[in-house]
Amino acid sequence: MLDPGLTRIHPPAAATDAPIKIAVRDLVVHYGGTCALEAVSLDIPAHRVTALIGPSGCGKSTFLRCLNRMNDHIPGARVTGQVTIDGDPIYGSEVDPVVLRRRVGMVFQKSNPFPKSVFDNVAFGPRVHGERDSLCLREIVERTLRQAALWDEVKDRLDRSALELSGGQQQRLCIARALAVEPEVVLMDEPASALDPIATAKIEELIHELKNAYTIVIVTHNMQQAARVSDLTAYFYLGRLVEFGPTERLFTNPVRPETEDYITGRFG
Amino acid sequence: MPLHTDRAFEEQLGQLRTAVLEMGGLVEEQIGQAVRALTQRDEALAHATIERDHTVNRFDVEIDDLSLKLLALRQPAARDLRLITTTLKITTDLERIGDMATHIAERAIELAAEVPIKPYIDIPRMADVARDMLRRSLDAFVREDTELALSVCLADDTIDQLHEQLFRELLSYMVENPATVSRAMRLLFVSKYLERVGDHATNIAEMVIFMVKGRSIRHMDKLPREL
Repeated sequence: MLDPGLTRIHPPAAATDAPIKIAVRDLVVHYGGTCALEAVSLDIPAHRVTALIGPSGCGKSTFLRCLNRMNDHIPGARVTGQVTIDGDPIYGSEVDPVVLRRRVGMVFQKSNPFPKSVFDNVAFGPRVHGERDSLCLREIVERTLRQAALWDEVKDRLDRSALELSGGQQQRLCIARALAVEPEVVLMDEPASALDPIATAKIEELIHELKNAYTIVIVTHNMQQAARVSDLTAYFYLGRLVEFGPTERLFTNPVRPETEDYITGRFG
Repeated sequence: MPLHTDRAFEEQLGQLRTAVLEMGGLVEEQIGQAVRALTQRDEALAHATIERDHTVNRFDVEIDDLSLKLLALRQPAARDLRLITTTLKITTDLERIGDMATHIAERAIELAAEVPIKPYIDIPRMADVARDMLRRSLDAFVREDTELALSVCLADDTIDQLHEQLFRELLSYMVENPATVSRAMRLLFVSKYLERVGDHATNIAEMVIFMVKGRSIRHMDKLPREL
């Protein structure tokens, strides 16, 4: 149906004027005998929100987890290919994953605050990385809670348990915790899937704010959410990157018929 | 093209397409009827044509309602989004064509009371071209046929030329015999209405190209040779 000129696969660098933050080349992931990701190449621009969409099992979470080597923890996982952040390879024996994860933070689907106070949750990362000065810690906590749009709601109960917060607040706390170590990239794996629309809207608003300071990569099952928050969208299917491009174009006029079928709700 | 997993949505989109086609069929017939009322000096038929416009207007409102509902409730993307937005625009053009038919019928009633200044040859020809353009633009819509849509855009020149030709001819009548001015002016209006029908059919065809290709060819100085 599409003319041949249009069906060419989009180059991994989707049209954007932003510099490349993370460059992925021929990334292949195996879990035991099964191939979860086959030869994915993709350039993630700095200070943009890149959304990864696709049905369950398409490889989008696997891809996300490769960006801060979370797959290292999965027994039987084999990763080949090249991933660089600002040109520095992230896979290599000389790379300390702990240092890498300081540059590339992560927020998970289920908010997972530590059973500690609000303050200690946010101060946890900086303390692990050696920050002991209490004034300094206080500054970090306030700054990141403000960045996570949570400060006004929790400033009077920093000493209370984080578990007393609502689901949406807990998730924003986890975002603040991720921001506290001043990462360059924030990975988000379904950050709003367990939240009500108001909490979701707050997270989405937050994502908009955060991209000025961070590069954001988000996995979501909610296509409208991808459309709302992201600048670029990558569609994954069966471990392959099907299409990558500006979100606006992908949702109005996708190039690949597979993308078209998925985003319009034609699930074969 | 596989069907939507949600069959109710698929059905609603089908309803939308059918309604556009029905509305299109209605206005196409309305134009034919209006021109027949003119050439056959049939006032009753002219009144019936005007009466029909209510049905056309009702379609306009109903299609808008359904489109809005689908936008709000389904949050359509890609080709579905383009189909619905195209529909919203097409119905405006169809509604305007219905208005043109009404105007022609009004002129037919006025002219029926007077002696014709000349046999009607060019006007039925223009009406045939206009209806053919409309029919093809709607066929292109259903079949998602961009080549057919492009042919409609190209046909617009033909109807513009016919209008120009008729204008010159009627002008010569008026210069020669000022007693014909009011009749000639009315015929000139009819010619202009038909020329407008061609423009609306062209708009529809352009929207069909957008719907299928996701690319707008509107307001281009020259039509693209291929899409």
